[in-house]
Order: sequence, then C-alpha cells, then structure tokens
Amino acid sequence: MTANGAADVFLLDGEPIPFAPGQTVMQAALAAGHYIPHLCFHHDFKPHGSCKVCTVRVDGATTASCTLPAQAGMSVECKADDLEENRRTLVQMLFVEGNHFCPSCEKSGNCLLQAVAYDLGVLDADLDYFFPSRPLDASHPDLLLDFNRCILCELCVRASAEVDGKHVFALSGRGIGKHLIVNAESGRLVDTTVAVTDKAVDVCPVGVIIRKRVGFAVPIGRRRFDARPVSAQALEDAPRRAPPEAAP
Amino acid sequence: MAIDPVSRVEGHGKVTILLDADDRVHQVRLHIVEFRGFEKFVQGRPYWELPVMVQRLCGICPVSHHLAAAKALDVVVGAPKLTPTAEKVRRLMHYGQILQSHALHFFHLASPDLLFGFDSDVGRRNIVGVAAEHPEIARRGVLLRKYGQEVIRVTAGKRVHGTGAIPGGVNKALTEVERSTLLADAYQMIAWARDAVALVKKLHLSNVALYNSFGAFRSNMLSLVAPDGGLDLYHGALRARDAAGTILFDQMSYDRYWDRITEEVKPWSYMKFPFLRELGPEAGWYKVGPLARVQNCDHIPTPFADAERREFVDFGGGQPVHATLAYHWARMIEMLFAAEEIKELLHDDDLLGDDLVVTGERHRRGVGVIEAPRGTLIHHYRLNNNDQVLRANLIVSTTHNNQALNEAIRQVAKRYLDGRKLTEGLLNHVEVAIRAFDPCLSCATHALGKMPLAVELVDAEGKTIDALTS
Repeated sequence: MTANGAADVFLLDGEPIPFAPGQTVMQAALAAGHYIPHLCFHHDFKPHGSCKVCTVRVDGATTASCTLPAQAGMSVECKADDLEENRRTLVQMLFVEGNHFCPSCEKSGNCLLQAVAYDLGVLDADLDYFFPSRPLDASHPDLLLDFNRCILCELCVRASAEVDGKHVFALSGRGIGKHLIVNAESGRLVDTTVAVTDKAVDVCPVGVIIRKRVGFAVPIGRRRFDARPVSAQALEDAPRRAPPEAAP
Repeated sequence: MAIDPVSRVEGHGKVTILLDADDRVHQVRLHIVEFRGFEKFVQGRPYWELPVMVQRLCGICPVSHHLAAAKALDVVVGAPKLTPTAEKVRRLMHYGQILQSHALHFFHLASPDLLFGFDSDVGRRNIVGVAAEHPEIARRGVLLRKYGQEVIRVTAGKRVHGTGAIPGGVNKALTEVERSTLLADAYQMIAWARDAVALVKKLHLSNVALYNSFGAFRSNMLSLVAPDGGLDLYHGALRARDAAGTILFDQMSYDRYWDRITEEVKPWSYMKFPFLRELGPEAGWYKVGPLARVQNCDHIPTPFADAERREFVDFGGGQPVHATLAYHWARMIEMLFAAEEIKELLHDDDLLGDDLVVTGERHRRGVGVIEAPRGTLIHHYRLNNNDQVLRANLIVSTTHNNQALNEAIRQVAKRYLDGRKLTEGLLNHVEVAIRAFDPCLSCATHALGKMPLAVELVDAEGKTIDALTS
C-alpha cells in the first residue's frame, strides 16, 4: 500500500494495475482483468515459469510474468509485436516437438494448448515436425497416458506432489530429451499409486492424462473452449483478490 | 496405353489399357492408391478415438467411416442394440450424408456429362456450366447438398468430421429447435429429390441405347438388407444375388463376413479384389452401391422411393439392370429414399430423448458394416486388454467395386478405342464410366473444369507409339 492507503500499482502496457504484496505480475494482471497468455501457470499452484509463453519485458529485459513479483512503479510491456511473435513461435515449437493431432484428439475443444494457439492466431506450425516416437502407456485400467501430447508444464508433477501427496509424475532427462515419467520401477502407470480422483489427473491442460472410455462424450459446442476463447475464460477464472501466502 | 493420372483418384491413379497383338483391348487395369495407412496407424490407439480418427479417410462421406467404426465398437462395449434415441440420431446422420453425397455425386460431378454430352466442351462441362444453362437444376443440387450437410451438423456437431457417434451410442440428441428447423425444409427436399429422379430417368430414357450399353457388364450384387428384405442403408444383414438376380445368400450376419467374402491380391494394383468365396475369384466378384442395393432389396420402406424402385425394376423387364449409367438413376432413387427417411425420423420424438449410451459386457473384437453412399463398407477391429487397437481391417466401397470398375472401363475401351490412336473422346468416356461409380475418382475434374491427362499408347510389344496430354 502507498503511504496514503491506496493500492500499489504498476503499469501493464501503460495501464495501471493494482496489486497486493506478494502477487506476481501475472496474478495481478489477471485479477485486474488483463489477460497474459500462459500455459504452465495455474492459480492453484506455485508459479513455475517454464513455458515462457507469458514472457513480458521490463526495463528492456524479458522475463516470465508468472514468476515476476509485482513492484510499484514498474512498467511492464506485454502486447509488443515481438513478444507476441515469440509467444506464437513458442507454441509452434510445442506443436512440432510432440505429436498433436487435434482432429482425432479427444481433448480437442478442451485443450489449453489448442486454445492458446487459436487465441494467439497460430493456425499452422511453420516449422519442421519432429514426429517423435512416444508409445502410449495404457497399462492402467482406468487411465491412459498419451505422451505424444505432453508440453512439460509439470502441472501433473506439482499436483501429484503438492495436492495428492503421491509423487506419481516427474520429468526426466534434459533439453530436448526431457520427458514425463511415472514413479514405478516398471515405468508403467498401473504400478503407481495414481487414482482417477487425483488432482494430477484433472489438471493436465492437454491430452496426456486421459480417463479411459469417455473420450468424445461431450459434443461439439459444449466443450470448454467452444463458448469463449481462453483469454476470456482465464479472466473469469482468476481470483479477484490477492491470494494470501500465494507467492513462493 | 496408359491414361495417367486420373485426377483426384484418392491421390493418384491411372488407367492402363492393354492391347493384344491384333491391337484389340484385352485387359484394363485401373490403378488407385487406395492405401491410406489407417489400418496401420490406428494400431496402439485407444479404441474410442476410432470413429473420429478413421472418418478422415474421406472428405465426401466421412460419416460412413464414423458410423461403421462406431458400429464395430458398439460390439466391443457390449451394446449391439442402442437406445432408440441413439439409433435414430445415427440413422438421421447417415441419411443426411446419403442425401448430401448423392446430391454432390449427381449434380456437381455427373450431371455435366449427362446434360451436355460426354464430348462437349470441357470448359463448360462442370457445375458452373450447369448453373449457367440449367440454373434451377444447379441451385437445387447445391441446396439438397447443403440440407444434408446441415442434418450432419445437427447430429454430429460439424458438417464435416464431427463427433456425434461414440461407442455404445451418441453424444447428443436433437433439440426441438433443431428438429423444427430441419423439418421446415424436409418436404421441399423430398419434392426436389423426386424431380431429380425424374430428371435422371428422362436422360436415361431419352437415349436408352447409349445408357443401357455404355460400360455395361453383368456381375453379382452385394448389399445389406433389412430383416424383411427392405432397403436399409444403416444396418442389416448381407444379401448377394447373381447377375440374373437369383439370391446366392441372404440374411447373413456380417459378424463373420470373412466366411463369405475374401480378397485377392494382384501384383499390378495396391487395391485388393474382393470376391464371394463360394464362387471363387473368377466368378465371385460383384458390384456394390446404389445399382446393387436398389435391385438387391425387395422393397424400399418409403412410398415415393419404392414407387420409383418398382419403375426401375420394371425397366429391367424381369432381369437386373447392369447398365453402368443406371447407377445414377438408382442413386437418385436412394437420394429420394434418404429425403423421405429424414422426414420420417424428424417426426419421431425419440430424436429428442436423453438416453444416449448403452454399455454391457466387453469384447475384444468388433465388426461394423454400413451401406456408404458408394456401397458396402466394412470396419473390423481387434483390441488388446488395455483398450488399444491391435489390428484393423477396412474394406471400403471402392475396393468392393474394384473389379466392377475395371470391367466398366474395359467395356468402354473396347467400344471407343479406335485403332492405335488415343483420342480425347476415349478419355472422356473412361472418365464418365469411373464417375458413375465414384466421385472420389473424379471430383477434381468437374470441380475445376479441367482434367490434366497424360496419355501413353503402348503396343503389345511394350513400345510407346503415341502420347497425349490434355
């Protein structure tokens, strides 16, 4: 708070954004009704800063807005052409690094990657596809892992550890070799402690962690992003006041 | 002689006409790259993806693959009988597709040949030319197709490549608004479909000698029929007749289709040659699609279409009609049936129900068969215990018609090939024969008004003696 009792503010593309102590630029922006594109950020979890789609510029330096603490008086640039272009490229890279076949994917219409891509105007990849070979893990009776669609956001990793208390999921490897693994000697999901009711199952923003035998049960027109674009929904879902103890 | 390529033949295709030492046509080989890879790349995928994934086989009749896969998976999830709502929504989707596909096939792709003549100016012989000279015919063709596409959108969520059918049922019923909106135009569609039958009949009867003989060949016929022998394009059992119309087998469950149908591989084609086991590969090949279906059934369960069927059968004079161009006549009778069936279904309150899905005892194998616009379509899947596809076998309509297509082209080549010289006229006639069966083999031609043909004339010793590119 300022000395006269008013909320502290920073500037986002020239607009004053009020914030509470401990809020990040992303949290404050969403709470104030300003959408910053993002993939790995989730209100229920500590900011992670890995996807870089939310990258903004402050004083000439670029940084992930989901991990950047808001500070009074700072001037944050978000909608610059070069930043938007970088976001599109990042999303395109995610598409080509995995195998994202939206036409036959049951997550289509409910997929954050697809929704963000549409919102950013990404209509093709513009890059060579990697076409990696990533066999499914269908060993579990009620869940299926389709690693082809993983964007390494670590939301399942965080949810399993922080909410479910199970540590079922983890990322292994480095760089382009990084991939999702499960916590079982066999390497198979059936041998983990995962349950269909786990937060980790629900939180997957793409089509990696799938409940079996229910795909396409929701008709076109009633899927999550059929009604409104992700930019509108992110604002609706954002907490409107500062979450206590939210920051790391 | 090679005609290469027949544009938009599932990607590539050509016709090779083999001459004997006396320069007479002795064999025709239609090469189509029908291999699409789906049987391979669905392996390992979860089964519930199949209806959405495999429909990408085709952009004209994706609903056929969508529903054939869903029917196969109904067996897998233990739901051989669906709820009334689910079955009727699926039927509505299918008849919407029959309507739009048959309208596209006839009005957009075939009618230019029939209205203007096979050798007429290629620049005019397309739907744009039809619109200029016969605007009302073209307009109705476009609107019939549009209506069928709208039926598909309401039932499947999208006009092309929707998601409506799921294993064991459907994911949506109709709303009252959707039903009343479709009903508002349903009777107009029936009227236009009746006129379409009248048009194609008039064309056929105006030049019976040509229409009856062009590309004509005798063959067995195969299709699904309803338990009472009636025409049913969504579900039924297999019936086959020989060329004289005698029933070879009837009411055979398609669950074990391989007991009756098997396929032969020939070294010169990617496409297999199915035949009826009991008759062998030489005598057992057959035709599928409208011409087979309309004559294979005992009746059509809607009044206007059945009256037209009777007239068609009477035209045969007690013998099955085997004229290749009669495919169009039969096709328009089926389009009328589809329009009537859509109207009937739209009056059924079951379409508005909310009991959408059935499940039961799981199975690891499922066969689904449907009568697609071009003919009988078989989907066969085997799964592992983890819900993944182990193997898939798809026998599509064009494959069933493979030998029939070759035979139709052979008849045309025998009649229209003059000596050792290729002519535009011959090429046009070959196209017309192919187009009677399958628009997938010709849609670029009329859509663009141009068919780029590279033609090579090779004598019996394998020597190229002429070449022609249009």
